[in-house]
Amino acid sequence: MTRIAGGLIDRSRTLTFTFDGQSFQGHPGDTLASALLAADVRLMGRSFKYHRPRGVLTSGSEEPNALVEVRTGGRQEPNTRATVQEVFEGLTARSQNRWPSLSFDALGINDRLNSFFAAGFYYKTFMWPAKFWEKLYEPIIRRAAGLGALTREADPDAYDKGFLHADLLVVGAGPAGLMAALTAGRAGLRVILADEDFLLGGRLNAESLAVGEQGSADWARSAAAELAALPTVRLMPRTTVFGVFDHGIYGAVERVSDHLPAPVQGQVRQTLWRIYAPQAIMATGAIERPIAFDNNDRPGVMLAGALRAYANRWAVVPGQRVAVFANNDDGLRTAVDLQAKGVDVVAVIDSREGGALLPGIRHLRGASVVDTSGRLGLTGITVEHRGRRETLAVDALGVSGGWNPNLGLMQQHRARPDWSDEIAAFVPARGPKGLVAVGAAAGVFSTHGALRTGAEAARAAAEALGRQAPYALPKAEDAPYRIAPLWAVKGASRAWVDQQNDVTVKDVKLAHQEAFSDVEHLKRYTTLGMATDQGKTGNLLGAAIMAELTGQSIEATGQTTYRPPFTPVSLGALGGRSKGRDFKPFRLTPSHHWAKSQGAVFVEVGMWLRTQWLPKAGETEWRQSVDREVLATRASVGICDVTTLGKIDVQGTDAAAFLDRVYANNFASLAIGKCRYGLMLREDGMVYDDGTTARLGPNEYVMTTTTANAVLVFRNLEYARQVLWPDLDVQIISTTEAWAQYSVAGPNARKLLQKLVDQDISDAGLPYMGCAEITIGGLRARLFRISFSGELAYEIAVPARYGDGLIRALVAAGEEFGAVVYGTEALGVMRVEKGHVAGNELNGTSTALNMGLGKMVSRKKEAIGVTLSGREALVAEDGLRLVGVKPVNPADAMKAGSHFLKIGAAPTVENDDGWLTSLVYSPHLGHYIALGYLRDGARRMGEKIRVVNLLAGTEIMAEIVSPHFIDPQGERLRG
Amino acid sequence: MLIPHPLLGPRDAQEFVYLGDAALIDRPDGADIPTMHDYLYLRDNPAGEHRELWYHEQGDRSWLVVTRNTVTHEILKVELARDVARAKGRSK
Amino acid sequence: MDKLLKPLTALGKAEPLRETIGPWELVERVDVALASVAPRRGREAEVSAAAAKAGVPVPGVARAAEGEVFASFWLTPDMFMVEAPFASHEDIRPKLLAILGDGASVTEQTDAWVRFDLTGAGLERVFQKLCNVDLGAAPEGFATRTVIEHMGCYLIKRNGVTLYGARSMAGSLHHAIHLAAGTVA
Repeated sequence: MTRIAGGLIDRSRTLTFTFDGQSFQGHPGDTLASALLAADVRLMGRSFKYHRPRGVLTSGSEEPNALVEVRTGGRQEPNTRATVQEVFEGLTARSQNRWPSLSFDALGINDRLNSFFAAGFYYKTFMWPAKFWEKLYEPIIRRAAGLGALTREADPDAYDKGFLHADLLVVGAGPAGLMAALTAGRAGLRVILADEDFLLGGRLNAESLAVGEQGSADWARSAAAELAALPTVRLMPRTTVFGVFDHGIYGAVERVSDHLPAPVQGQVRQTLWRIYAPQAIMATGAIERPIAFDNNDRPGVMLAGALRAYANRWAVVPGQRVAVFANNDDGLRTAVDLQAKGVDVVAVIDSREGGALLPGIRHLRGASVVDTSGRLGLTGITVEHRGRRETLAVDALGVSGGWNPNLGLMQQHRARPDWSDEIAAFVPARGPKGLVAVGAAAGVFSTHGALRTGAEAARAAAEALGRQAPYALPKAEDAPYRIAPLWAVKGASRAWVDQQNDVTVKDVKLAHQEAFSDVEHLKRYTTLGMATDQGKTGNLLGAAIMAELTGQSIEATGQTTYRPPFTPVSLGALGGRSKGRDFKPFRLTPSHHWAKSQGAVFVEVGMWLRTQWLPKAGETEWRQSVDREVLATRASVGICDVTTLGKIDVQGTDAAAFLDRVYANNFASLAIGKCRYGLMLREDGMVYDDGTTARLGPNEYVMTTTTANAVLVFRNLEYARQVLWPDLDVQIISTTEAWAQYSVAGPNARKLLQKLVDQDISDAGLPYMGCAEITIGGLRARLFRISFSGELAYEIAVPARYGDGLIRALVAAGEEFGAVVYGTEALGVMRVEKGHVAGNELNGTSTALNMGLGKMVSRKKEAIGVTLSGREALVAEDGLRLVGVKPVNPADAMKAGSHFLKIGAAPTVENDDGWLTSLVYSPHLGHYIALGYLRDGARRMGEKIRVVNLLAGTEIMAEIVSPHFIDPQGERLRG
Repeated sequence: MLIPHPLLGPRDAQEFVYLGDAALIDRPDGADIPTMHDYLYLRDNPAGEHRELWYHEQGDRSWLVVTRNTVTHEILKVELARDVARAKGRSK
Repeated sequence: MDKLLKPLTALGKAEPLRETIGPWELVERVDVALASVAPRRGREAEVSAAAAKAGVPVPGVARAAEGEVFASFWLTPDMFMVEAPFASHEDIRPKLLAILGDGASVTEQTDAWVRFDLTGAGLERVFQKLCNVDLGAAPEGFATRTVIEHMGCYLIKRNGVTLYGARSMAGSLHHAIHLAAGTVA
């Protein structure tokens, strides 16, 4: 054990977990990385390409190496960073990308073959033959390379979404963020303070500094406690703000239960928050960068700030003999802190010349680390100092190449960051409006600077909202940050730039040599900065090395584009509740509960559940039920729930004129108490919806739309009355949900209804296409004499709460007639038998003329789409026309989706004569029938044609007939 | 995005349906086919300031004319489309 | 009125739902009649005057208003919804037409909606999981349309929260509320 005294872990409790099957112990406050380091485990994974042994590089979410699989079963999660995974009792973790074991990985051979695996290797090697790629190369490469494996089981946990509003969002709870939140919160602003860590304080928890009269970690704890007590402040630990969207909208993931074995009852695993905040402060700190030198990737080599954080926060020193390699003052702190904790600091290798030496430490100026040794973990380093090489036996090396302000969120809107020579890093330029960076994220690296810029930004945010936010700063260090840039140490072997993607200095050189010098090309060519860490530690290093090669400045070389998410977001969180049964809401019709009790089979139509058919005892095939429903309806009477059709109330003194504009056919002449079928066109002349509209009063209409287009039609009606003709006196509101509506169809429909309706509904009382406001036992209701089935038919509507009562009453009243309840399948059969168009024909590329309804388009008035429906190509005499199709041999079953071909014509696109749109089995006729669009169809009645489906491999000989298969004169519906 | 609705204040763009160029307001009622064709199909698609029609479908059902910079997404002006249409002389 | 047809609630039950979720009370209301009122062009003032005289409050933009018998809330720039006791105003449309004459388009909306009234302290926490309305900052009497799990709803901040959702989606809406409240109860 390498635990030392102190730290922010709760030693009173011990947690047991496993890594690669071996049992370990940690404490609350530990991450998986800190607990493993405390148990002397340095080897945590194998690298992506070369399968090199790797340990932790960092102590935070920027970690490139220590990626593990955690949990088992449906909760198994790959690529979890050991540096952020909290240890919990029973946690199981496994290393990735190794076989058979972490310490012996067969594919470690790749490391010996490294010259074959340089940048561009795949592009150059696996080019030909092309067909080998999918079947051979890709599977092999995917197995060898890559990260963790997904579970194949469903995730048992719930995820959800939410919305938060604040005056000010503060991202990051280090010194700058805490001070910003305190300043704004004390002033009464609504503040959200989010931090990806489970412990607020940021670097304050990782340092041995003082703030005010307290140690830095103690001050952070006090500040968090004060914030928690402020009524307008919401603290959100374990919450990553991953995206900055337009106009003050932020995306964040709260890991509600990732630190628990399983979510507690009723709780979610993670919540995706959409945060609205007109002002936001990015206090996201800085990310330390490594220095490239030969074999700088061995377990035991880590960033100096991380080494310090493990010692100060987690009371872990991952080695007995430690060295530090730095080009800046901050790196020296690691040596000082470790020595103060009694650790053997072998040497500080400082690349800078001159300046004061650290007291009591072997501090080499103008020195560098040129190589390392140790197969599965660091055992020694080679140091070059004043032209001499020396090997030091160390088992831990802290490296600091400087700190990069964390620009991940600031630059998501593509504003290019500015270069600062002072800190040798990019600093945020202008972010989106209302967003400002402070503290280390803005390149201000002292604690005092962080506190000051945090407070100032909070005051400015308050002022932008017309509020005052005074502040007083606690005392804190304001030491200068001195750095002399050093990116890569010259070497003969391989020096890693991006450890996650195994990109070395050589790869960057190769990219330059092959003219992939632009940073965006560099990224694609070498994979620098890809995958789960997105190059948080390596990107700038790669760009700086490229800058040296091209002779351009780093500023001119630039950075690749920053995009959300800042760190990976699970698909579970993005999906939220929307999975399985909760993928979308269900809309239930008023007869749903009754139909369900009768054993109905339902079909999803948009969000609606409609009865598809209603099986009777003994029926085993769906066709048995559907055929029976059709035959019974045509023979006597059938009942169907048609509530889902869109209903729109249209009123106003200009309602008639309005309808005339939105329907292609005439509506001004519609009499009170009458219904009319109408066609709606898009402005381009294509039919997009149809339905009947009834006139209930002088200025009062009720329009019906298809189920699918109810929302679209309503939107277009609003468009017509607000945008196109703003002075029309017309008011509209949807009444789809207000009324339960049933179709009652068949020769006995009137007899059935007359038993319930209080008024006279004889043919004289309510002629075909008539409508009336009636009563059923005194209850207000509406009756429309319209027919989709071609039978004598009505649609009857009552307020929705009485819909269940009405279906029961209709079924009871119909008993003496053998009434059936039919579903959407029977409805579809009957409409095809009658040649009525529906969704398959209203496909968005068909005109009224195509549908055989050309005469309905009135050219005597102005209506949407009428003009362009007259375009030359759309009115061609030999264009597509709706026809009926029946097999020459009644036993033949045509296939849906078939195309029409003349006899003897080859099945080519040029010979395509149209296609079959709707296909049903007509129990009335005893064979399949279909509708279709046929080239010049109206003039080809009686012609024999081939109905060809190349996919199904079928070809049926058929005859073109009228689309009106049953009762072409329409005598039944007028009966 | 947040669209500053002239009556309701800032509302999330998720509540809206986007249509396109506000030039659609100038429908040439009764025009011949070529004129109607140009109206329907020929639109500007500027990188920069653009006047667009948005519909507050999950809100108050207002059609709006939003003046927006398509590069920066900055919203410069929002008006009720009905007012804009009237100002352009549209009536019944 | 003893009718031939028995009514069901939007959730498909004979009696409205009443339940407790954590510190919150959820009550399904079936005792409210609804109608939309849209003044005809140029007759807004006339309609407002007639409404005021008859005790039908006209709401301001994004607001609900309350009278003795009638209450109302804002829908669109030219339309508002009137609420009245169902027992006495099931035939709400003719009753309103009698007040407003032909100055307004009136449409019965009673059964287009399921209504849930939620009460209890800290409802903001529930609605943070449901919709983008800033309930904490909204004033009493605030009324807006919003979206909950793809479902368009009207939300009124009035002695708690009144939520009107599409009647056909009553079950899904209740399910969404139930789950959301469960995570913060």
